[in-house]
Amino acid sequence: MRIPPGPLEFTRRTWIRLVLLATFVFLYAPIATLVAYSFNDSRRNIVWRGFTTRYYERAIANDGLVEAFGNSLLIALAATVVSTLLGAMTAYALWRFRFRLKPLCEGVVMLPIVIPEICMGVAMLVFFARIGWPGDLPWPISLSRITIAHISFCFPFVAVVVRARLSRFNGELAEAARDLGAGEWAVVRDVIVPHMRPGLVAGALLAFTLSLDDFVITFFTSGPDTVTFPVKIYSMVRFSVTPEVNAASTVLIVVTITVTVVAMWLQNRTRSGAPP
Amino acid sequence: MKPGAGLLHRVAGVVPGLWLAGFFLLPLAFVWVLSFGEKQGLVAVDIVWTADNYLRALDPLYLGIVAKSLWIAALTTVICLAVGLPVALGIVFAPARWRPLLLLLVILPFWTNLLIRTYALIAVLRTRGHVNATLGWAAELFGLPFEPLSLLYTNGAVVAGLVYVHLPFMVLPLYATLHRLDRSLVEAAADLGAGHLRVCVTIILPLAVPGIVSGSLLVFVPALGSYLTPDLLGGPDSQMIANVIERQFKSANDWPFGAALSFLLMYVTFGALALRSLSVRRPAVP
Repeated sequence: MRIPPGPLEFTRRTWIRLVLLATFVFLYAPIATLVAYSFNDSRRNIVWRGFTTRYYERAIANDGLVEAFGNSLLIALAATVVSTLLGAMTAYALWRFRFRLKPLCEGVVMLPIVIPEICMGVAMLVFFARIGWPGDLPWPISLSRITIAHISFCFPFVAVVVRARLSRFNGELAEAARDLGAGEWAVVRDVIVPHMRPGLVAGALLAFTLSLDDFVITFFTSGPDTVTFPVKIYSMVRFSVTPEVNAASTVLIVVTITVTVVAMWLQNRTRSGAPP
Repeated sequence: MKPGAGLLHRVAGVVPGLWLAGFFLLPLAFVWVLSFGEKQGLVAVDIVWTADNYLRALDPLYLGIVAKSLWIAALTTVICLAVGLPVALGIVFAPARWRPLLLLLVILPFWTNLLIRTYALIAVLRTRGHVNATLGWAAELFGLPFEPLSLLYTNGAVVAGLVYVHLPFMVLPLYATLHRLDRSLVEAAADLGAGHLRVCVTIILPLAVPGIVSGSLLVFVPALGSYLTPDLLGGPDSQMIANVIERQFKSANDWPFGAALSFLLMYVTFGALALRSLSVRRPAVP
């Protein structure tokens, strides 16, 4: 006989199960069809006509798309390195010191996370136009506008992640190091940074995916010669829905999900492996 | 602080501070100043400290767009809440070995590009898309006449897109709150004869209020400022504030007005966040 669900077994209630199921279908069906139809051998895109990788070949042969992908990776790498450094410093400074304007500083650091993306994009557009940031720089340097904008919104996220990690730091370890004669720099290098490391890794991967994925802020800082992958996909989407866009999107989904899964795995590993 | 430790510490505090001041606060200040300017010709702007740009936002045309944006964001929030509560409840009370997987399933779409998720919805909703194909197939099965629905480029498509994108923002805070819920309260209510729905409404719902507040703000604030979803899924009459702002900067070329609008949007955002900090502070008693 089927035992009726107990008071705490909400997950066994049929209506809750239905809502869960419907939600996951709603969340995954569009992405799944997008990926599936990137392999569909039909331009009309709705009837399944057999498996093909033709659209991937076509996407790779599309120079603009490949260039945009290269730009995106380069920007994401540069933004990740700088925002991890800045984020770690911010987290350390806010964790270590007490000063009068600290609540204000904490609020300002959170600002890039909370203000609407469109406002940040507009601010960057106005900023670079007003200070006369040169627009015709040679290739890797021409990406500097986008990279700077990305760093500004990525490093607060790194700071939040690293700070959460620091809040679990056992202060006695630093005191023990000091008692044993370590200078302040040695304490940071040998005690605090190793403790921060899982946070740094997680923060860096977060910054990487945020930068790789950003559309709105990049849209306002990119020029005709500095197109990123999402901006390129956007212009293709505006033009028409094609399997080629599906293929390009699938590549970006795979890259982002891989980075995220690696990040989660690393975090889990360090959490279970670390001493309490 | 020890005197010898100064340099390192100053670097840690000052470098990010300078970056934030130079590449974030300064750009915002530029926009703020610009919002009091007056357009002179194609690109030139005179800063004359006028409030005209803000007053122009009170024009019925723009007021209507603001009202519509607020309405769309509010509707999105309510739908996310209605869906998110049972989902969070289902995950919290799932067997322990299922819980990480279910949570991962909620978080994962959130890591997929916003643009790509929106594009995926276009393929689902368009006239020759998957929804219409499925409905047409079902109609054919029952021998009913079927006319493809125009789902894309409507306000409904915008709300669906916003719910699609923001649902994880609602589920996660709700999960965090319900996870900490004292289960003996639920058991006590059930022992005293409360039915399943009554437990949900009188015990779980009031205890979930902090999560409901955080989740609603995490959905409402970005939904209000969203640009991409109304741009790609909406029709000509589903433009939201962000689309108007974008137009001022890209095609209409009226930077002072765009600047004023984006500061208005920011003030609304700050207002919502201030409401939250008030509501978080009040129930101090556990």
